[in-house]
This record gives sequence, C-alpha cells and structure tokens, in this order.
Amino acid sequence: MTHARANRRLFLKTLTGAGIAAGAGLSLSACGKPAAQSLLNVSFDPTREFYAAYNSLFAKKYATGGKPAPTFNQSHGGSGKQARAVVDGLKADVLSLALAHDIDAVAATGLLAADWASRLPNNSVAYNSTILLLVRKGNPKGIKDWGDLVKPGVQVITPNPKTSGAARWNYLVAYGWALRANNGDEAKAQAYLEALFKNVPVLDTGARGATTTFIQRGQGDVLINWESEALMSAAKDGAQFDIVYPSLSIAADTPVAWVDKNVAANGTEALAKAYLEGLYDEDAQTLAAQHFYRPTNADVLKSFADRFPAIEQLNIDKDFGGWTTANARHFEQGALFDQISAKVFKA
Amino acid sequence: MKVKAPEAPKSPAAIALLAFALFWIALVIVLPLVNVLFEAFRTGVAPYLAAILEPDAISAIKLTLLVAAIAVPLNAVFGIAAAWCITRFEFRGKGLLLSVLDLPFTLSPVISGLVWILLFGAHGWFGAWLDAHNIRIVFALPGLVIATVLVTLPFVARELIPLMLDQGTDEEIAAVTLGARGWDVFFRITLPNIKWALTYGVLLCTARAMGEFGAVSIVSGHIRGLTNTLPLHIEVLYNEYNTVAAFATASILAGLAIVTLILKTLLEWRFADELAAHRRH
Repeated sequence: MTHARANRRLFLKTLTGAGIAAGAGLSLSACGKPAAQSLLNVSFDPTREFYAAYNSLFAKKYATGGKPAPTFNQSHGGSGKQARAVVDGLKADVLSLALAHDIDAVAATGLLAADWASRLPNNSVAYNSTILLLVRKGNPKGIKDWGDLVKPGVQVITPNPKTSGAARWNYLVAYGWALRANNGDEAKAQAYLEALFKNVPVLDTGARGATTTFIQRGQGDVLINWESEALMSAAKDGAQFDIVYPSLSIAADTPVAWVDKNVAANGTEALAKAYLEGLYDEDAQTLAAQHFYRPTNADVLKSFADRFPAIEQLNIDKDFGGWTTANARHFEQGALFDQISAKVFKA
Repeated sequence: MKVKAPEAPKSPAAIALLAFALFWIALVIVLPLVNVLFEAFRTGVAPYLAAILEPDAISAIKLTLLVAAIAVPLNAVFGIAAAWCITRFEFRGKGLLLSVLDLPFTLSPVISGLVWILLFGAHGWFGAWLDAHNIRIVFALPGLVIATVLVTLPFVARELIPLMLDQGTDEEIAAVTLGARGWDVFFRITLPNIKWALTYGVLLCTARAMGEFGAVSIVSGHIRGLTNTLPLHIEVLYNEYNTVAAFATASILAGLAIVTLILKTLLEWRFADELAAHRRH
C-alpha cells in the first residue's frame, strides 16, 4: 500500500515536472520581439553573411531618419526551393535569389509585378558574381580553360542543372564557350557538353553540396563554382586549392525584388523599397565586395580590382535570349540537358 | 514464478555472435555519437558555448521545446483515447483503425510535411480562405506543430494498446459494479494501471518530436530565429561550413535523446516488478 502511494506521488511529480517544462517553453516564446516593423528577406544559400552585415548597416541608416529601427528575418536555401516556398505562402517581403528566372516564377503567380526587373537600377541587380574553376593545389592536371575539362582522366564537380541555379550558370558558360570555340556549330557544342558530363562523377543538388564534395570529401580535380563561393572558401581554407580564371565566363546576375502583395499586406512597402534601394549605396556596395560579391557600381568595383580581376563575360539576355528562352532550349523536360544526360548517364 | 536466468555464452558460435553484436553496436551507434562530442569540442569549450548560446541557436532550442510541448500532450490525449476505444470496445473497422494508426510509422516524413502544404499552402485547398482571414499555418508555428503531431501520432497509442489488452477489463468492470462512475473508473483504475506505459510512450514521443527533420523542413520556411527548429538549425550550420557549431548543437539534441534513454531505463528498472505484475492479470 505504501509502495503504491509512493508510486503515485512519484508519478504526479513526473507529470508536474513535465508541465513546468512545457509552461517554461511557452512563456519563453511568449516574450517575443517588440512591435517595430520587421522584414522577411527570402534569399539563396550563400548570402547569409552578406545580408547579416547589410541588415545592421541599413537598420542604423534607417533609424537616423527618426523612424524606429526595423528588425530583419532571414531565410536561406536553394534558390528554386525558396521561390517555391514563397509561391506556397511563405510571406517574403523581399526576394534576393540566384536567378531572375526564380523571381519570374513567383511573379507568374501574381504576387509581384511581371516587370519587377525594371523597378530598380541595372535590371534589379545590385551585386552579382561570375563562374570560375577551382583546382587542386598546384594545378596537377594543368587545367587552364573550359577545353581542359573534357580531357580524359579529369574529374569535374558541378551540381545538377535540374535543381541548382549555380549549375545552370555553369552549364551555360561551358556551352557558350564551346559555341564560340566551334564557330557557332551547335552540334559540336553539344558534343563538348556530352564529353564534359562524362567526366562528372557526382551531380549534387546544389552549389554548397558540390563545394563540400570537392573540398571536404576531396572528390574530383576541378570544381565549377560561383566566384563568391570560391573566394570565401579560399579565405577560410585556401591551402587546399587554386583558383583558375577561364578565358570566358558569364555575368551571374543575382537580382532582388520586393513582393507587392506581401508588402501591401504587411504594411512594409516603404521599408522594403528603401531596403533594396539601399543596396546600391556606396557603403552597401563596398560591403557586398567585402563578402565576395561583385558590386555593380563601377567605381566600387574598380577599387576592388585586385579581388575581382576583369574577365570576359557572356550575358544571359544578349547571348542566350533571356531565361525563358534558355530554359526552354536547355533545361526543361526533354530539352538539351535531358538529351545529354540520357546519352551520358544511361549508357 | 521465476524465469531461469540465461547462461553465459560458452560455445564458440555464441561468443562470435555476441562479439559481432557488440562490434556492430559500437560501429553504428557508439562511434557516431562519440564523434559528435569529439567534433563539438574539437576547438575547445569556448567555441562550443558560443555556438549553443548564439541567439539563433537559443531560439531554435526554445522553438523545438515549444513544438514538443504542444504536440506531445495532444498525442498523449489522442493515444489514451484511441487505446481505450480499441481495447475496451468491439466495433466495425477496428482493424482498419489499427492499421491507419501505424501509417505515420511507414509514411515518409517528406509526405507528412507536403500534405500540409497541399492543404494549407497558398495554393492549397484552404489556402485562399486562410489568406483572406490572415491565418498562417504553414511556414509558421501551427505548421510545425501539425507536422510533428502527424509524425509522432502512433507512439503513445502503440505503447498502451498491448498493455491494456493484456490487463483486460476485469478491474474496471468490478469498479462499475461497485458503483463507480466513468471518470472515477478512468482516474482510479485505468490511469494508475497504465501510468508507466503512458510515461514511456510520452518519452518516446517527445524524443521523436524534438528530433523530427523531414516533415518540419518542408513546412518551416527556414526563417532563422523564427521557424528553424534544432535539427534544421544544425543542417544550416553544417552547410555553412560551421562544423564546430553544427556538432555543438547536435550534441544538445543527442543529449536530449540520451536523457530520454536514461529516464526510460530508470523506469524499466524501478518498476519492472510492477509492470510484470500487471501483465500477470
């Protein structure tokens, strides 16, 4: 009998303990953020450090105008996945994605104006990057340019163009280079891509995954990647690889836009516009350069010339007819990339 | 009735089997867990503390506890109700109910997350209505809770059902014949009889709720400091090459799992007699 009573007491104690823990959890979360305006920036993977720095810079400037300092929330992930989440109802005030195509996908649902790109300077591109090659220390395979990637015995790491924005940029430069090298012969350019993808041992789903495969797991001889990722990795552990600037690259434009319907609902329209316009200010441009993105302000770019060497760049609109055309030609179901992978990966 | 204790292994085959089992456990459970701690403290105690005291980490820990604190009681109440129905009454479709109850065990967490997007997402069945009334479900706390509830639904019920079947209804019938009312029977007979199994189920459910990755990843929206739970925070840190912080935060999650395991073992050890006594009824 006493045993049973002791049991009951212990059991009650356990329950009370759990109750207190749960209550503590609730009250902790109840004391949330103050009522100042807050802005949700939905972005792609590698911009976290840049926006963390820009948010505090912008908050300070905004607050000096007599307004309360806003708070910022950040969401990062693969560019396509982030666009999908916003389409499904993630209430982004601001988009800063890896491709104009992903913002177009959100615009297609009516959440923002179809002509969003024309609302900010330079096609709404405040900073961009370019595509280059990373090789093992000392460049043992002697890789200098795109032509070297199809040599037998060279392993190339690039993510899957079906899922990764970076991979689409990589693919397009390689194709553009091959077209130029073969005087515009499309069949030869396609043959080059086939040979290139024959040398790809793994197709990661995103740029970060590909970087990890190359650097952490030591797979492959060359990694095709964002300049911003390469410079950041080099700053962290540059002892393991060299950076190679190929003869041709692409202006990998990473645009920004506010989401009309969401800012209207949240009452953050003025804040969102000021936030994005501020990206073009000289201090913000310098900050972008410090975080390894190429500023679009020519003067700031010049002052970082040793970090960002001049490189001949293709342009998605001029050379590929824009993303809609490029996607239809290369990346949609049954398009060129599918034909190439059918030959290469199912042989 | 005392069961004869098994003998120590003598034949070479038995010893080899035992050695293999120990080796396997060391390889797939002990080694990875030790590695988590090793990586977490690789650069010393200060970076470890910095990683777990960082605001985003703190808010991820709070959010994870909050989600568990809502989802687990819901599933405990549901589990008791379901187990009561199934073990105390005969009705048509009982077999079906039992099978459906197990569905979350076999369902991929991706689907457990995606179904809520398809229902409550902006283009889901209820999306337009929710939006018009400014109610947020997915990419906010309610979404995280319902995804977790779905994934952890069977844990409590599945612990209770075998025990309650075993115990039978004799004591409850006796109480009713002596004049006890429904809630009296429940609080004085049924609940005391199942309390340890219930606690056990709640512990398992809590561990699973805090560790859930797939389903919450889909409905989270990954807003740092707002909708990133601990497992999601760990993934983000890892993808940012922030290995020490990732493993430091992972060690907290592993620590919670180990505490759960210790509680469970204590329960079994302390109340083995009583649990066995119930089973003899």
